[in-house]
Amino acid sequence: MLRIPCPYCGLRDHAEFVYGGDASSHRPAQDCDDPEVWYDFVFLRDNPRGRHFEFWQHANGCRQWLRVERDTLSHEILSVEPARDWAARRDETGS
Amino acid sequence: MSGQPNRLPSGGRIDRARALSFRFDGKSYQGQAGDSLASALAANGVRLLGRSFKYHRPRGQIAAGVDEPNALVTLREGARREPNTPATVVELYDGLVAESQNRWPSLDLDLASVNGLLSPIFTAGFYYKTFMGPGRRAWMLYEHFIRRAAGLGSATREPDPDHYEKMQAFCDVLVIGGGPAGLAAALAAGRGGARVILAEQEPALGGALLDRPAGGPGDTWLAETTAALADLERVRVLTRTTAFGIYDGNVVGLVERLGDHLPEPAPHVARQRYWTVRPQRVVHASGALERPLVFGNNDLPGVMLASAARSLLNRAAVLPGRKAVVFTNNDSAYAGALELAAAGAAVTLVDARPEVAEPLRAAAEAQGVALLPGHVVTSAHGGKAVTSVDVGPYDAASGDCPSVSRQLPCDLLCHSGGWSPTVHLHSHRGGRPTYDAGIAAFVPGAAVAGQASAGACRGSFTTAEAVEQGAAAGAAAAQACGHDASGAALAAPDDEGAWQSPLLPLWEVPAPAQSKCGKKFVDQQNDVTTKDIALAHREGYVSVEHLKRYTTLGMATDQGKSANVNALAIMAALRGETIPEVGTTTFRPPYSSVAIGALAGQEVGRHLKPIRRSAVHDWHAANGAVFTDAGYWKRPWYYPKPGEGLDAAYRRETAEVRKSVGMVDVSTLGKIDVQGPDAAEFLNRVYTNGWKTLPVGKARYGLMLRDDGFVMDDGTTSRLAEDHYFMTTTTAQAGPVMAYLEFLLQTAWPELKVQVTSVTEQWTGIAVSGPRTRDMLAAAVEDIDLSNEAFPFMGVRSGHLVARFDSLPVRLHRISFSGELAYEVYTQSGYGEALWEALVEVGKHFDLVLYGTEALGALRIEKGHVAGAELDGRTTIGDLGLEKMASSKKPYAGSVLRHREALVDPDRPRLVGLIPEDRDERLRNGMILCAQGEPATGHGLGHITSVTYSPALGHYVGLGLLRGGLEAHEGGLVDAVNALEDKTVPVRVVSNHFFDPKGERMYA
Repeated sequence: MLRIPCPYCGLRDHAEFVYGGDASSHRPAQDCDDPEVWYDFVFLRDNPRGRHFEFWQHANGCRQWLRVERDTLSHEILSVEPARDWAARRDETGS
Repeated sequence: MSGQPNRLPSGGRIDRARALSFRFDGKSYQGQAGDSLASALAANGVRLLGRSFKYHRPRGQIAAGVDEPNALVTLREGARREPNTPATVVELYDGLVAESQNRWPSLDLDLASVNGLLSPIFTAGFYYKTFMGPGRRAWMLYEHFIRRAAGLGSATREPDPDHYEKMQAFCDVLVIGGGPAGLAAALAAGRGGARVILAEQEPALGGALLDRPAGGPGDTWLAETTAALADLERVRVLTRTTAFGIYDGNVVGLVERLGDHLPEPAPHVARQRYWTVRPQRVVHASGALERPLVFGNNDLPGVMLASAARSLLNRAAVLPGRKAVVFTNNDSAYAGALELAAAGAAVTLVDARPEVAEPLRAAAEAQGVALLPGHVVTSAHGGKAVTSVDVGPYDAASGDCPSVSRQLPCDLLCHSGGWSPTVHLHSHRGGRPTYDAGIAAFVPGAAVAGQASAGACRGSFTTAEAVEQGAAAGAAAAQACGHDASGAALAAPDDEGAWQSPLLPLWEVPAPAQSKCGKKFVDQQNDVTTKDIALAHREGYVSVEHLKRYTTLGMATDQGKSANVNALAIMAALRGETIPEVGTTTFRPPYSSVAIGALAGQEVGRHLKPIRRSAVHDWHAANGAVFTDAGYWKRPWYYPKPGEGLDAAYRRETAEVRKSVGMVDVSTLGKIDVQGPDAAEFLNRVYTNGWKTLPVGKARYGLMLRDDGFVMDDGTTSRLAEDHYFMTTTTAQAGPVMAYLEFLLQTAWPELKVQVTSVTEQWTGIAVSGPRTRDMLAAAVEDIDLSNEAFPFMGVRSGHLVARFDSLPVRLHRISFSGELAYEVYTQSGYGEALWEALVEVGKHFDLVLYGTEALGALRIEKGHVAGAELDGRTTIGDLGLEKMASSKKPYAGSVLRHREALVDPDRPRLVGLIPEDRDERLRNGMILCAQGEPATGHGLGHITSVTYSPALGHYVGLGLLRGGLEAHEGGLVDAVNALEDKTVPVRVVSNHFFDPKGERMYA
């Protein structure tokens, strides 16, 4: 069982969380009307061996969406950050 | 002890005062408290315990614990029958009933043992070669017979009468194994102040100490150590508890057997308890398992591991044979051999090593044990038990045994090929075992984070090493958890287990030419012989993982605990490689068998999933509602009058709604409170239609798409205040929609100032529909003007019930799912039942009918509204005929990808209405639609999604998804095919708006 340190609730079993997909791709801007960009965002995924960013929601806890850095090989959780913080930083810096 | 011919008059760890009776294969025996089923049978001289998997060869006890491959029995009777249980781990209780397995008609006379004569065809890969090739039909034909001839016990078909429970636990240090190493680790960690859990699979602590003669220094040490542990409040000791798996995050699964040693569990006590333990540190102290030697007929009853014989002798005071041969390649068998001799057996010790250390030789001589160094046992002989063994000289350098030099009569053959540390749990999280040539075994490699190994499970076999390593590992683990565990070292009882001369690796005993050598079994549970391994090698199976699958070696209940290392070594020799080059197969949980019941815990029957009930549930139940499941919810399905079934009830309910007024509990709809200055912008982004113009006090129907362009959900959302909306979702999608909104707000649009809160359970919703609705509500509500002018369609108003109903606060949404004049009446859930009762009371004057989900569905199908069956995640907004809901003036989630080529193909299956051409015919959900007269193949032209009998129209109507939709088929006929009933119903394709297509009733 993965144990995920929720920034709000502390170290919890992954059974309290719901996986929310790849967190390395960036959602296109709302007014983006290029199908290729959306297609890429919705369907194309890397499947890295090792470090990977993914969304998890602490659904049976604080319900916050988290951006979790996980090693796909060892399943080690390397870092956890509220997705909101990451998204705000992304929007500020554009990266 | 009468009638227990092999029970010694003294010694052992059994309770001689407590005799227990038990039955094996219908015959009654007596054993003693403290016996295992295996030791009790051995005390009674019963050695034939089962028949082998493929060849039905007679088999007896091999090992003393969970590694037992042969002595599998079916335990108990009736609903508690439990197959494939090793007799070696079954604690004897009074009245125990066990049966042997895989024999017919009886264990003694097994007709299928002729399989042994057919053994050439039962070789490795037999199934694949014989049945799985081009002629796969053969397998279909023979499978039944083969499964019957080769197999294990069968499970009961009755429900398990016992219950199981789950426990969640946290600790600093989990110690796995309660032998010297584990006890020392727990004591060191506990004395340092750590919270410790110690799990021991056996009923008593002590591990290998219990295999020694009772009353020695080991017992004194054990008593002192367990007493010291008992004094530590933060140490919890769990016996009869197996750590069966270690998972990510060092989370460990334990199963504690609370009732397996009793005839049935004590009242109100679970049979087994499944622990999920989250320790900060794990100390492995799970010991080692003795390895068999591989020689001819090494599976005969009476041939067993030296440690098993020692366990029988010193734990159960059973002398397993009077004329014993002990065959070894290492020092560990000597202690048991000497003890057997001391107990009165005539013992010959055959040691493959040319030289035996002097102290061992002297001890053997002193005890009258005949010693044959430089010899091997090449084959055992006997019918249903061993009666003699062939012994010959062994040349360690060449690995040859030129001839059989003598035949020794015996009734017991003990053997030891060395010891394999239990590296299983170390490996579960990816820890790799490495080969230690010094002990010819795999030991834990680099430690897994948060784990350490101590004692025999890391290849250190002496008691002194176990205690020293255990104490060090326990102290280190406690320190890693922030405790000061630098306490005094723990003294060991002695240094037993020290090897005075090295082990001589001996993987397969050679068969001398011209000798009669039986099959050499490597895996006895799966009847895999050395020849099978050689055959697999010849046929090109190079990887050990392939070897395992091809020969089935290492599979089934014992998972090859005694077989794997020998098999790898034999494979390595065939390949001309070293054992490390060949490597091991992967160890996976569980370490030993775990009852499915323990994993299920209490999540069985009606506790399999949570049950959600609306605030009005008790009223529905008290007033005769029949319930149906909607996800986790219990919803009233229909309210039958006396004598009514489902069909009669829902048709009546549906008709009466259209005639007067009806009421249905819609509290299960997902309800989401949306607040914030950017709420309108947010809704505008997630719904396909526009939301910026919706005024306060109005509701609007909305449709949400996924980013890939398919429809996700629908519902109405009402604007309660400038920055406050009340969203509803379908019952099924309430959770996913909520999570999706949170996802968008937190990951995509953090700049939007919006809060969403699930309020599904905070509000009770009641839909009131029908031509008399306005009159009825006017009598119930005091401060809302219900006139069409003051409160138009899609309006939202707040007010109160009249004073005699305590002026309950209510909010009315003029929304219609039935197509009638209708309002959804909301109140806080605490008032839900009172509101329902008040409306029932008022409704008496208006011919109010209560209706359930079936009539709710009938009303919406008559109106052609889509619901879950149409919103199946594969339909587009166009498929559903809701294109007008899609704004072209703004982007919204899914707005780009919904235009993908295949999603706008006019030939997609699209929503239509369907009417049986013969109006008396019945339609069924899931009927395949196909062109008239065409055979129903594949997906046809589409399928029927929803059907109902329409009281308003007097016949069945259906909604369906049909290729090309109305444009291609309107007015035409297609066939609706029910393949299950082999029935074809011609149906007319019409608009899905069957009833009141202009909505005049709704706007009235």
